[in-house]
Amino acid sequence: MTVSDVAPIVSARRDDPAALTIDGYLASGGYEGLRAALARTPAEVLDEVKAAQLLGRGGAGFPAGQKWGFLPPGKTPYYLVVNGDESEPGTCKDRVLLERDPHQLVEGVLICAYAIGAAQAFIYIRGEMPLAHERVLTAVAEAYERGLAGRNIDGTDFSVDVVVHWGAGAYIVGEETALIESLEGRRGMPRLKPPYFPAAIGLYQQPTVVNNVETLSNLPWILRHGAAAFTALGTEKAHGTRLFAISGHVRRPGVYEVEYGTTTFRDVIYDERYAGGLGDGRELKAFIPGGASAPWLFPEHLDLPLDPSVVGPAGSMLGSGAIVVMDDTTDVVKAALRLVRFYAHESCGKCTPCREGTTWLATILSRIVRGGGKADDLELMLDVADNISPPPFPRAGWADRGIEPIAFPYRRTTICDLGPSVVSPLRSAIERFRPEFDAYLALALDPARTGVPVEVNRGR
Amino acid sequence: MARLSAENVELAREIIGRYPRSRSALIPLLHLAQEQDGWVSEEAMVHIAELLDLTPAEVLGTASFYEMFKREPVGRYLLNVCTNISCLLLGGEELLEHCSARLGVPVGGTTPDGLFSLEEVECVAACTEAPAVQVNYRYFPEVTPESADQLLDDLAAGRLDEVVPPHGTLSRVRPPTPTRWAGRGREGLAIPPGGVRP
Repeated sequence: MTVSDVAPIVSARRDDPAALTIDGYLASGGYEGLRAALARTPAEVLDEVKAAQLLGRGGAGFPAGQKWGFLPPGKTPYYLVVNGDESEPGTCKDRVLLERDPHQLVEGVLICAYAIGAAQAFIYIRGEMPLAHERVLTAVAEAYERGLAGRNIDGTDFSVDVVVHWGAGAYIVGEETALIESLEGRRGMPRLKPPYFPAAIGLYQQPTVVNNVETLSNLPWILRHGAAAFTALGTEKAHGTRLFAISGHVRRPGVYEVEYGTTTFRDVIYDERYAGGLGDGRELKAFIPGGASAPWLFPEHLDLPLDPSVVGPAGSMLGSGAIVVMDDTTDVVKAALRLVRFYAHESCGKCTPCREGTTWLATILSRIVRGGGKADDLELMLDVADNISPPPFPRAGWADRGIEPIAFPYRRTTICDLGPSVVSPLRSAIERFRPEFDAYLALALDPARTGVPVEVNRGR
Repeated sequence: MARLSAENVELAREIIGRYPRSRSALIPLLHLAQEQDGWVSEEAMVHIAELLDLTPAEVLGTASFYEMFKREPVGRYLLNVCTNISCLLLGGEELLEHCSARLGVPVGGTTPDGLFSLEEVECVAACTEAPAVQVNYRYFPEVTPESADQLLDDLAAGRLDEVVPPHGTLSRVRPPTPTRWAGRGREGLAIPPGGVRP
């Protein structure tokens, strides 16, 4: 088992309460990245970030520097929007950064704003995270007091205002164009594509960069240590480190920072330094590798590295860095139902296949779990799923049955990825654990039967 | 209940001034109204519409999209039990049932004394601390039926007043009025080419 021992980049200060204040943050090398940036031209800073090949840490994994490079020259003002609306089930890594190292994010925001020439930056924080809001707001206020935000930052001609903004409870707002709609005071519904990137048309119809909290939190380190030090970590296609939240049936659930691409699922789930394995006598049944929207993986995929260029072709995604572990006590039918209900609840309603499809999937799967399923319900659900995401839907390969993987991403009949995401848990569970669904269906045909295969684990 | 107080109108104007376009202040102002009254009333939405030069329907259209805005009164303590995947695996649904039985209200209900409202919620980003509960959006990790009973007792007795403010209060840190505000959001001033060190 190979587990890398590289020093953390973004979570180095997570257990140091002193870093919550600007003095503590400065004492640990804080704002040196910003000063290093200000000593160069914005174009040089952009080149440095491009050279670091920093992949976005929000879910889609698009290279940050490339995203910034899409801004059309001269069409100012440009805006920077920070996506802190972390809501993907299983994901809780941005919350750690917001609550435990807010200055690092503020510094990253300032570096990005400088590189792209943003007129104003907005840090959009999920509404249900008041502590994160208080900490980031305090950090921004301290940065203003010390001349590190606002007018003439650190004595230069660079000026940018940073505004901390509230969300109000809507998963879909994590989609970047929905985030912009929400920031404009509207219902958080994704915008039609193209344009595919808000860099063309974004906030107030102006070119806008939207980046995730973890993505921007990497910038101070990259500017301090250089792109070469960053690309020295990880693999050819996945550089630096990445935060993974490991939850579910493991001994030590937590948010762990690991070298990107070199660590495997087996490492982070079983190694004592990370999640420490499953409970006594329990066996792994399935795991979600990248948040609820990712197709499930199974025990035979444990040795895949945490590298998006490997996990994608293998049939799933690393997404938002959330690994959810399900042991052999898990009722996967109920687990799938809970996730299907989630997407039905959070569909914004703009696209018909998603609005109607997620709702009907939740209705049908609910009746199956209640013991009222009909004989052809599984086929009916798969048909509904195909109308949201035309096949072939990505899935992991099963070598022992000669089934080849179908690579990520999924296709869609919708504007955004919320619709197709509902298909991930549904198809994963039906394809792999069909006998468990059949057992629920048998309940309806023979009400006297009580033999539902497994119960959801009720304890630790 | 009410329109925004004079003090909150002043704060609202300051919030509006932070954005290049005033409508961006809509969600923050709805939070302000909810902080004042514990919920968002029609009168408050009409007042916000006046402040932002919107129609009341536009304000309602936005308010009704977001889960957090309560357009009917809720209890002093809004108990949100997460039952999404990570919490489900560790007993979130059983915890929700337990809280419902203990409070004597269905999910979505409010106790007759107006103290507690109970909701089942989607993932609250506390997956590694499952099953998680939020009370007025303050986190309580790894909650068991027993610790839930204790939590409800403590809340009812006011023992957690410092940790859990009344429903509607989110950030207790007020945004400062920065003296170094650059105010260039509308102008779109680009950085001088060739760097900024004087």
